Amino acid sequence: MTTATPALVASLLGPAGHQIGCDECFERLDAYVEQELAGHDAEASVPGMRAHLVGCPACDEEHASLHALVEAETSEAPG
Amino acid sequence: MMDTDVRVDAKGRHVGSRQALPRSAGHSPRRLRAKPVSEPPRSRPAPHSLRPSTARELPVAAPRLDDEARWLTPLASTGAAHDHAVRELHCLLLRASRFEVRRRAAALGLAGGSELDDIANQAADDALLAVMSRLERFERRSRFTTWAYKFAIHTAGVAVRRHAWRNRELATDSSESLEQLSSLADDPAEAAQMRELLARIATAIARLTTHQRDVLLALAVDGVPIDVLADRLSTNRNALYKTLHDARTRLRSLLDHEETT
Repeated sequence: MTTATPALVASLLGPAGHQIGCDECFERLDAYVEQELAGHDAEASVPGMRAHLVGCPACDEEHASLHALVEAETSEAPG
Repeated sequence: MMDTDVRVDAKGRHVGSRQALPRSAGHSPRRLRAKPVSEPPRSRPAPHSLRPSTARELPVAAPRLDDEARWLTPLASTGAAHDHAVRELHCLLLRASRFEVRRRAAALGLAGGSELDDIANQAADDALLAVMSRLERFERRSRFTTWAYKFAIHTAGVAVRRHAWRNRELATDSSESLEQLSSLADDPAEAAQMRELLARIATAIARLTTHQRDVLLALAVDGVPIDVLADRLSTNRNALYKTLHDARTRLRSLLDHEETT
């Protein structure tokens, strides 16, 4: 089996279950990231966000970038 | 170098081009964009199959004093305080857009250079307009800077994906992609179980509507970025994702039905 094939199948079938759309993802992304960085249950605050990020590479990239940027900024901030 | 593109009034409305904004040294004012400004998603009713979140509502935080004093009050004011806050905000957005351009360029294997710097600067300008025009809708569910960053990241990410695909033709129909998928199902390098699954998926995909099939294969098999495909189809990310979601749901249903019959 080639290593790319399971990812291809996952991309074709997408995540099962409830998920939000791209607009709602964008709307809630900032608060979601801050919940994550605070160690809170972000998914409980925005049910369906995690599944959406799994199914939408573009939103997932934005989530990862915002998370990384805010995390870096927080770690740079004076204690 | 100073930019003269953006002028926003106390309400965040774009009113012209008198506002001088900081530019990075050596930045070319040439604009790459052939398309209108990338509009960040707006609040719209969710499609029926992508149900609105039943989220436990995040509490609306009391106004953070630093956000109010540093950003919200001066951005909503006029005069020197407003102008200073707009310049500060542009610097903040430029940092975020450069951060995102670097990440996307690395992921896409794009060489750095003045074009990418132009993209970052343009994305910061566009994000500034987006933030200012939505200032009154900031709900204080996060820090202001986190909220503002997401506009720059979104705008920069979309711009880099468009840039990477600007000279690439998209398939006019999905038959080649479906053939590619079917050929994987015949590939002896694949495990028998995976070959069988791929064959079933290819058969089920052929039963989707033409639009669902084209969108699913372009995004999942050809790897076309959703924003690029949305541009070519004159739609937007949210609408296209709904089509993708419907196609996947139908696909899983067909596979499940096949298993139970």
